[in-house]
Amino acid sequence: MATYKLNVNGQPREVTVDPSTPLLWVLREDLKMTGTKFGCGISACGACTVHLDGIATRSCIVPISHVGDRPITTIEGIGSDAVGRAVQSAWVETDVVQCGYCQSGQIMAAVALLKATSKPTDENIEESMGGNLCRCGTYPRIRQAIKTAAAQLTKGAA
Amino acid sequence: MIASLRAKDRAELNRRGFLRVSFAAAGGLFVSLYLDREATHTALAQEGNPQPPPQQSPKNFPPDAFVNIRPDGKIVIQVNRLEFGQGVHTGLPLVLADEMDADWNNVIAQLAPAADVYKDPLFGIQMVGGSGSIAHSFQQYRELGAKTRAMLVAAAADRWQTTPDKCRTEAGVVHGPAGQSATYAELAGEAARKPVPASVRLKNSSEFRLVGKRVKRLDRSAKCDGSLKFGLDLDLPGMKVAVVAHPPVFGARVKNINDEEARNVPGVLNIFEIPLAKGTGVAVVAERFWAAKQARSLLQIDWDLAGIEPADSAELWTTYRQLGRTPGNMAATQGDPAAIDKIAPSNRLVAEYEFPFLAHSPMEPLNTTVRFDGERAEAWAGSQFQTFDQAAIAEVLGLKPEQVTFHTEMAGGGFGRRAVTDSHVQREAATIAKRLRGTPVKLVWTREDDVQGGYYRPMHFHRVEIGVEADGLPTAWRHVVVGQSLLADTPFASFLIKNGVDQTAVEGAADTHYAIPNFHVSVHHPKVNVPVLWWRSVGHTHTAFVMETLIDELATRARMDPIAYRRKLLKPEAKKLLRVLDVLDQASAGWRNKLVRGHALGVSCHECFGTGVACAVDVSIENKRPKIHRATIAVDCGLAVNPLSVESQFQAGLSFGLTQLMAKGAITLKNGRVEQRNFDGYAPPYIMDAPAAVDVHIVPSTEAPTGCGEPPVPVISPAVVNALARLTGKRYRTLPLTSI
Repeated sequence: MATYKLNVNGQPREVTVDPSTPLLWVLREDLKMTGTKFGCGISACGACTVHLDGIATRSCIVPISHVGDRPITTIEGIGSDAVGRAVQSAWVETDVVQCGYCQSGQIMAAVALLKATSKPTDENIEESMGGNLCRCGTYPRIRQAIKTAAAQLTKGAA
Repeated sequence: MIASLRAKDRAELNRRGFLRVSFAAAGGLFVSLYLDREATHTALAQEGNPQPPPQQSPKNFPPDAFVNIRPDGKIVIQVNRLEFGQGVHTGLPLVLADEMDADWNNVIAQLAPAADVYKDPLFGIQMVGGSGSIAHSFQQYRELGAKTRAMLVAAAADRWQTTPDKCRTEAGVVHGPAGQSATYAELAGEAARKPVPASVRLKNSSEFRLVGKRVKRLDRSAKCDGSLKFGLDLDLPGMKVAVVAHPPVFGARVKNINDEEARNVPGVLNIFEIPLAKGTGVAVVAERFWAAKQARSLLQIDWDLAGIEPADSAELWTTYRQLGRTPGNMAATQGDPAAIDKIAPSNRLVAEYEFPFLAHSPMEPLNTTVRFDGERAEAWAGSQFQTFDQAAIAEVLGLKPEQVTFHTEMAGGGFGRRAVTDSHVQREAATIAKRLRGTPVKLVWTREDDVQGGYYRPMHFHRVEIGVEADGLPTAWRHVVVGQSLLADTPFASFLIKNGVDQTAVEGAADTHYAIPNFHVSVHHPKVNVPVLWWRSVGHTHTAFVMETLIDELATRARMDPIAYRRKLLKPEAKKLLRVLDVLDQASAGWRNKLVRGHALGVSCHECFGTGVACAVDVSIENKRPKIHRATIAVDCGLAVNPLSVESQFQAGLSFGLTQLMAKGAITLKNGRVEQRNFDGYAPPYIMDAPAAVDVHIVPSTEAPTGCGEPPVPVISPAVVNALARLTGKRYRTLPLTSI
């Protein structure tokens, strides 16, 4: 067991856990932040996507000992960011979700995409979102919502 | 999933429903509805309908069974089934709220716990399946809403010394003839003392305010900000987490455990052997998931495989192919069984199809939490079969079902995987909780447990011989299906297996809407040591593929347009399919006739769960895989209660149907062991595999609503391979599609 000081959604947090524990399980079980989901445990589905120092990261395969002082942003905190807010609101407006289980990860991946590429093409979307599985298959509306959010952000910036 | 009853029967059943009202100290109006089940059963039996499994008359009624008008004006509506993506958590409340004239902005939906009152009005158990959520409960929720409204109006009329017919309602307010008004919350106490009207006038369609409108989901915000709690997110004081080491071959038993290393993992509390639905396993209980999973990986278990038949896909195919060349139990017989033999070989077509095992792999791994206190228990699960799961937990714990409070948790998908008649996950959880008396324990199935744990869509082999006339239409069709029975040894067997034919294996073929004068379908149900289960759209997952690829092949052979050929071959009574083909024809004309080079059209149509669907896709080949540029869908589902939800089901459900076309879309076994472990080996469709755009066209209708959860699934894979066939000239009869 070891103690780690973390920065989660701008808040300092401290946990004492086994160093091999993936960030996902620290968030879910120690910090009780269950918005980040467990889907596969091998970084194949994207349900656990968080931002680590702004980079979309699969939290299920990042041991807590590797996090260091990099700031962690989760679905619970992404709404305090302008791009995050725009993506969440486009998701709600487009009625994207079905079962909803993968959508935290989808939203986190979409925010990372829009931060890097303000007007993503279909190819950009497929590339950035290509590792996020949705068994309900909400993909057509995910595309639509990303484009809506992009347009909203471009309008806001102009 | 289960053969639908006719709309007429639904109406009849629901007239037998009646209401009971109680007034609670909290000051709310509580309305509950239940059915006169004995009369229901008698009526069904007399009409020669399949009878649901036996069940008992309702005994327990939570006081706020369906509607609770809170003093703060919120209307809390109980949803009598699981929400796992299909949208019932919005759909049924909107039906009730519409008849009640409630203010939609004040409606809160809750998933009801297990209780007799929440059983499906037709199936007699509490469940989601057979695409029946709206189809079966539409009338029930309308009546609940209308009766609640009538009682509120009666209370207002009394208060104002007038008659109910002089009052009107809108958005949660009753208005009187002299300009009086009172909110539902103000009237709730008085309304609860009013008798429940025996019958009530329901709205006609022009009076609907919500039904038929595009209503967004009530759960959408909570699913976008991480606040919605699924079963796996449950956290109770003192809760522990368990995982189970399952046998490597179905049915194997633990011979010897070396758990020395595993017990040394910090946070591990206990390790012990438990019985499973088949064989035995080893439970690991820990403070946290990660410790439990780490410890499980350190277990050294010797398994006893004696007497176990190890299933092997390659061997099974050999057996299935042989069986498929012999006639099975007859599922459909029409005309001359030897007609095919009299047709010249040059006018005959013989086709053999192979479909592998498929896992459902819902995004939220399976889980159940149980706390056993000796006298009572409490359970939390995203369950499609609350009645069975509650009873199974009770049985394990030596309790009566009503001693188990069973909470229905929001589920991250299911697709049939949470509708298991042997309740094996809940039994595991209860077994562990029994050992940990007083401590809540959450059992988590990892993705590996899920992919390797069985309960798959069964493997199927089809062999079809077709004789074609000079006009290009088939006159003889002899079809043999081979596949495990889903229903054997389940409570459904008695009414859905007849003459050795499990209806769920031949549905979509034996009851085809195509007019073929000599038509024979038979089936073999081999016994195989692999647990199998319904997979969204059940038999239609494979039968529609066979039917729609063969019909397309016949159209090509006859040099006819695929839509025109289907129209010509369909029976005149196949009204829904004929209508959707007309709509598809018009809706896709804009792009269908202007395809760019390297692209091809693929068409299919299929009716299931009472809903007719036609599909057209624009497909090219990119990186040796099908690329679906767009799909147009025409659907006739009767009255579309929430067209936005119908559109969502179809836009997205196509992807689920594409699972079986993925290069890694198969579960295979070698020497009893499942060869895939996770989403690396069993890879469902990702965004680039799904249609980039799907336009859904709903046929306007005032007929009773029919299913929309499963009907999106069967049409897409035949449509895509029909397009591929146009591009390559090849036919695709073995799934998954490993190469093109």
